[in-house]
Amino acid sequence: MKVLVAMSGGVDSSVAAALLKEAGHQVVGVTLRLWGGESDSGCCSVSDVDDARRVAQQLGIDHLVFNFSDDFQRTVVDPYVNDHAVGITPNPCIECNRHLKFDRLFDRADVLGFDAVATGHHARIEHVGGAWRLLRGHDSAKDQSYVVHMLDQERLSRCLFPVGTMTKAEVRGHAERLGLRTAHKPDSQDVCFITSGGGGRSDFLRRRIPLHTADVVDESGRAIGQVDAVELVTLGQRRGVAGGGGTKRFVVDVDVPGRRVVVGPHEASLVDSEVGTAPVWSNGPFEGEVMVQCSAHGEPRRARLRRVEASGDDVTSDRVVIEWHEGQRRVSPGQSLVFYDPLGDWVIGGATTSSAPVVATTH
Amino acid sequence: MVVPQDIAENDELVYVDHAATTPMRSSAVEAMVPFLAHEYANPSGSHRFARRARQAIDEARDMVAEVIGCTPGEVVFTGSGTEGDNMAIRGVIERRGGRAVCSAAEHHAVLHCVEHEHGHVLPTDEWGRIDLDHLDALLAAAPDTGPDAINVVSAMAVNNETGSITDLEAVSKVVRRRAPHAVLHTDAVQAACWIDLRAVWPHVDALALSAHKFGGPKGVGVLAMRNGAPIAPLVLGGGQERDRRSGTHNVAGIVATAIAFVETDRERRAEHERVARLRERLIDGVSVVGDMYRTMPADRSVPGVAHLCFPGVENEALLYLLDEAGVCASAASACASGAMEPSHVLAAMGVDRSLAHGALRLSLGHTTTEHDVDRVVEAVVSAVRHLRERAANKKSGVRS
Repeated sequence: MKVLVAMSGGVDSSVAAALLKEAGHQVVGVTLRLWGGESDSGCCSVSDVDDARRVAQQLGIDHLVFNFSDDFQRTVVDPYVNDHAVGITPNPCIECNRHLKFDRLFDRADVLGFDAVATGHHARIEHVGGAWRLLRGHDSAKDQSYVVHMLDQERLSRCLFPVGTMTKAEVRGHAERLGLRTAHKPDSQDVCFITSGGGGRSDFLRRRIPLHTADVVDESGRAIGQVDAVELVTLGQRRGVAGGGGTKRFVVDVDVPGRRVVVGPHEASLVDSEVGTAPVWSNGPFEGEVMVQCSAHGEPRRARLRRVEASGDDVTSDRVVIEWHEGQRRVSPGQSLVFYDPLGDWVIGGATTSSAPVVATTH
Repeated sequence: MVVPQDIAENDELVYVDHAATTPMRSSAVEAMVPFLAHEYANPSGSHRFARRARQAIDEARDMVAEVIGCTPGEVVFTGSGTEGDNMAIRGVIERRGGRAVCSAAEHHAVLHCVEHEHGHVLPTDEWGRIDLDHLDALLAAAPDTGPDAINVVSAMAVNNETGSITDLEAVSKVVRRRAPHAVLHTDAVQAACWIDLRAVWPHVDALALSAHKFGGPKGVGVLAMRNGAPIAPLVLGGGQERDRRSGTHNVAGIVATAIAFVETDRERRAEHERVARLRERLIDGVSVVGDMYRTMPADRSVPGVAHLCFPGVENEALLYLLDEAGVCASAASACASGAMEPSHVLAAMGVDRSLAHGALRLSLGHTTTEHDVDRVVEAVVSAVRHLRERAANKKSGVRS
């Protein structure tokens, strides 16, 4: 098989390429240049490209660099910035996977005659009963099924995750066995286009959109303080908003246009349901009992999933309602809700949390 | 360490990237060998062994000066074309202060120097040449002295992406009239194979060349600088190049440069005609794909460059397919990561960004044959057709 391997310069994708080569596939490595902004130190920095290229040379495979920075700006960075301005906090890694790695790169691979695209993600793909299943990675601490949940049957049929069946220790073991220079490279942590040294998210956004001060009020509407930038406040946050008093208080509502942050006790942020927009499905729409995960390493919770079909032909305006079995803390708008089967292993689909709950809460 | 020894594998390649680098002339390779082996003396020494190396450098300097039309004393050997550009621009600013000017279509070796020195970057005309009206207006408005005086103007003789030729006599007229104190520098790196530099030199004060673009070795450049031009050295030290540049002479490289330069000059007229014919054959052949945009008319660019844009085609994909077919070509310049950057030259010329994504530079040179051209035509036509077919299928939802 002719396989295009997305090589970030990290140990996972290095080993993915090596194992595919060992398995006898015709392998070409590619590193995506996504960000030419002031950071250039995240997952597509020059030194990471060097690592990817040196690993490819060691493996004896061709290495390419594709410049997708225009698309990255348009589909990841611009929405990230614009969403923050209206109080939505998207997950840029998921949007990058959705628009770049598993869309733009797949199309490119297809045009160039590759049979499959491989990455170093910790997730598994299995063919069961005539359908493709996306499953959690074998190493539960490293599982990345959440960030690749958007893969549909067509994509899954052409996608390979060679390290998804391994623990991280096993991956590093392979890298050591093969003498790969990336064997001991630490995992990347940050959003690739934002450097922690450069002032982080707050400075990145401050240079691009106006940030506004806001009043912090308690549930009775009593002002108890102020925040510098309402755009940077997230639901559930405690730091910088607690005010005085004995009880622990969390952000339970953020009203960006109204420049108001509401804080309250844990119970005040609990809701019975969430509404998800723009649902994606691994193998067609689903309704019924699911486990729902609301962040990359969040605890999956039991819920019932119900679809709200859009009127007319516009399927993109489909919605889903997640009815929690037990009240859960509200999820920040823009975050991904990923649905797993009731055993919590198999990805059924996902959606993006809506900015306004349409179902009344009782808690 | 990879030492490519498989000549047969190289024979499978068709090389149409001569503007990136052109193969060394065998006479130049031969000329280097003694100085890499037994004639290893440092030419700055005082013994007879050193004097032989010194003589080789002196003779090389004479040969290079003759082809440029300058005096031997005006030739400075550098480490690259980029170094020459840096020296001419930053050297003037260091000595005189003031500001530098260039157009937005310059090679990064010039553009980044001018930007670094807080200079002016001017728009170009539709062919990517510095806009003379803008230059005239800028120079007329600038003071003759002080921090805002314009003390160096840089205009490339031939553009490295499109092959576009700049009339330096016309640029010179504007500069001499409006800013007679200013140094006029030209990056002539892409001109050496195609243009008689003796016709360029009278109009400029500094001229940068790179040996590997005309069949010499990599790592050698030439900066011709007019006697008395106010250019401070960039590299300080032993002052080996008459205090204008320091560092032990690259004797083998300098000797080979002179040999290649003289040979290129001798063959220039015939090669110009021969390669111009090959280029037209290439472009005619490729044009069967239809919907192709030729960036430069034949008479506005050097014969070595065929710059074409294919609407609806992404050049990253096109170059991959050409590479697979054994064709070595390029598009725009690459950044440090090796990724292709959208062409700043085409942007300056006002070429639409989506069209620029389909840009391809096929550059021919002294080793290019008719057979090469025919193989390139076949590969480009097949790749462009394939990419357009897949794009059309994707639009209509068909996947094969």
